[in-house]
Amino acid sequence: MAQQESTQTVDRELTMSRAMVEAIADEMRTNEEVFYMGEDVADYGGIFDSTQGLLDEFGHDRIMDVPISETAYLGAAVGAAQAGMRPIAELMFVDFFGVAMDQIYNQMAKNTYMSGANVTVPMVLTAAVGGTYNDAAQHSQTLYGTFAHLPGMKVVVPSTAYDAKGLMHNAIRDDDPVVYMFHKRLMGIGWMPAPDGPKTPVPEEAYTIPFGSADVKREGADVTVVTLGLHVHRALEAAETLAEDDIDTEVIDLRTLVPVDTDTILESVEKTGRLVVVDEDYRSYGVTSEIIARVAEADLASLEAVDRLAVPDVPIPYARPLENEVIPATDDIEDTVRAITS
Amino acid sequence: MYRVMVTARYYEERLQEEYLEGKQPAFDISAGPIPGELHLAAGHEASAAGVCQHLRDDDTVTAPHRPHHIAIAKGVDLDRMTAEIFGRETGLSNGKGGHMHLFDPAVNFACSGIIAEGCPPAVGAGLAAKKRNEDSVAVAFIGEGAVSQGAFLESLNLAAVQNLPVVFVIEDNDWAISMPKDRVTDVEDASQRAGGFDLPGKRVDSDDATAVYAAAKEAVGRARDDNGPSLLELQVHRRMGHFMGDPESYRPAEDSEAAKNRDSIERLAAELRAAGVEDAELEEIRDEAHERVDSAIEWAKEQPQPDPEDAYEDVFAGSKSGVTTTEPAHELADTTRAGGDD
Ligand SMILES: Cc1ncc(C[n+]2csc(CCOP(=O)(O)OP(=O)(O)O)c2C)c(N)n1
Repeated sequence: MAQQESTQTVDRELTMSRAMVEAIADEMRTNEEVFYMGEDVADYGGIFDSTQGLLDEFGHDRIMDVPISETAYLGAAVGAAQAGMRPIAELMFVDFFGVAMDQIYNQMAKNTYMSGANVTVPMVLTAAVGGTYNDAAQHSQTLYGTFAHLPGMKVVVPSTAYDAKGLMHNAIRDDDPVVYMFHKRLMGIGWMPAPDGPKTPVPEEAYTIPFGSADVKREGADVTVVTLGLHVHRALEAAETLAEDDIDTEVIDLRTLVPVDTDTILESVEKTGRLVVVDEDYRSYGVTSEIIARVAEADLASLEAVDRLAVPDVPIPYARPLENEVIPATDDIEDTVRAITS
Repeated sequence: MYRVMVTARYYEERLQEEYLEGKQPAFDISAGPIPGELHLAAGHEASAAGVCQHLRDDDTVTAPHRPHHIAIAKGVDLDRMTAEIFGRETGLSNGKGGHMHLFDPAVNFACSGIIAEGCPPAVGAGLAAKKRNEDSVAVAFIGEGAVSQGAFLESLNLAAVQNLPVVFVIEDNDWAISMPKDRVTDVEDASQRAGGFDLPGKRVDSDDATAVYAAAKEAVGRARDDNGPSLLELQVHRRMGHFMGDPESYRPAEDSEAAKNRDSIERLAAELRAAGVEDAELEEIRDEAHERVDSAIEWAKEQPQPDPEDAYEDVFAGSKSGVTTTEPAHELADTTRAGGDD
């Protein structure tokens, strides 16, 4: 599917944040209309290293620190995009979307449609997502489902450095608003240890990963685990343990939620007959229910067993035992897979 | 005032020590006895002490992400606040809220990690007092970086047109994470913004606790006497990083040095001495404050961790309702598959 993906073998490994930054820098070099704005993105380099080093090359005019005024600067990105520029605007934590939601879901997402596509909004909204470090209910959400639910935004969630770079190139070149959600724990920043998985070989040259192409991160015959973001790595870890007990798990990384690649999932479920969907977002009305519904609609017959793991419908609690309880862990994935394969 | 200030300063010093435990050698935000982010307020004490001195338990205070000094000045239960910061079961919020989300209804204190979002609820508290013909007031504390936020400006306007008993307090520490004030506002004196809403605005230019006390007396008195809202801008200093672990590479060393040299606590001590207060008395106040803090921290650390199952409680006032806990795997009837295959 991903015909444009690079096939060149490389041994240079990058963290996910370095890979993202490389794509942004490359697009900024080739296109004067691309610029980046957000809080603490210039001198600080992004709280999660999302813009590390860009100020040195591009200066404050193109790597813009803005006042704490999400309505104004996210809305300004919409306006600049409608004027033909290609802004990238960063929301430091996705949890802060609320203060600027009108600009996001009534302007950024809808203007193309409301104008009969006579106006387009070629911008990228980047946002840090995810918990697992006890930062409580206002700084730990993933909210994948919220953005994917509201029509008009493409939604991208990389899980490796390789994917992060290819998806970022695609996001900046896309003529639609793209919400690019990066998980803090995958970025490879000093103060938040990442699992091993996200640091991958990354080709030096530019390449794109088309939206709507899920990636089979591990092949398996017995059960399909569909997931995204941090939980790709937790699912892969679970799959290794399950393999010791002869349970062969296929792990599918969605990579984009809008558009979503239902075909790859259907193909897999046809093979395995069993489906587990894992998500760090809330359970009700979310990614897990959507994926299961799509499979059920398209091919109920191939489904022998199905289950899902997500954050029960509670805000993310602060204390460690409480947060551990609600965010799906590797052994929760193992248990769920065991239960539906037994 | 002196007591509140030395309590707050020592509290932060002790929290800093505890916070760093287990996070080394490579700083890991998710390790150690105090989880998550921690924003300390050393250098901010004069504003909290000077303002809250005029408040009663039935007056409402909303604080931002840097709340401890304000909580202490407002009389929040120190033991339970500390237990909350350590994520313990007997904490103010049973471990669900954490350091940015402290709630103590006994003294009408609340805080929020979303910038400027404490302003509207403070207006609401003022509205309730007015509707009920009570003479309680509400005070919203925010940082100077928060004055660009819509919620602040809208709140000023609403409070003004309804003539509500609200005092907006800006703690100006010159920095919003990595952004110095002069790069995010062209209005050097934020108290001028009050003029745009036709209400009084005053700036106290140094972190002089007695000057803060006098200015706050006027503003709170005005609100209490039904003369409407006002805006108070108070110069404070950020003696450390924005949060624990902030490398502060964006900040000139002279600036950090200058902040440390402007110590409102030493200044107040000198004033007290000049007014005839004996050193021994100041020392006694300090020792008592330190004891109080040490005992709170000791107590908090002995408190039990919450039971993981508690995560499902408290989403609604009536406890468990509406929360989906993990349900057993759902097996589809064998006939479904067989039927479909036919
Ligand atoms: C709506 C929103 N945007 C951004 C942030 C991230 N953030 C947390 S603190 C902060 C800086 C706040 O600066 P200031 O108001 O001056 O307070 P200080 O931290 O200096 O006390 C920012 C940008 C947030 N918490 N909420």
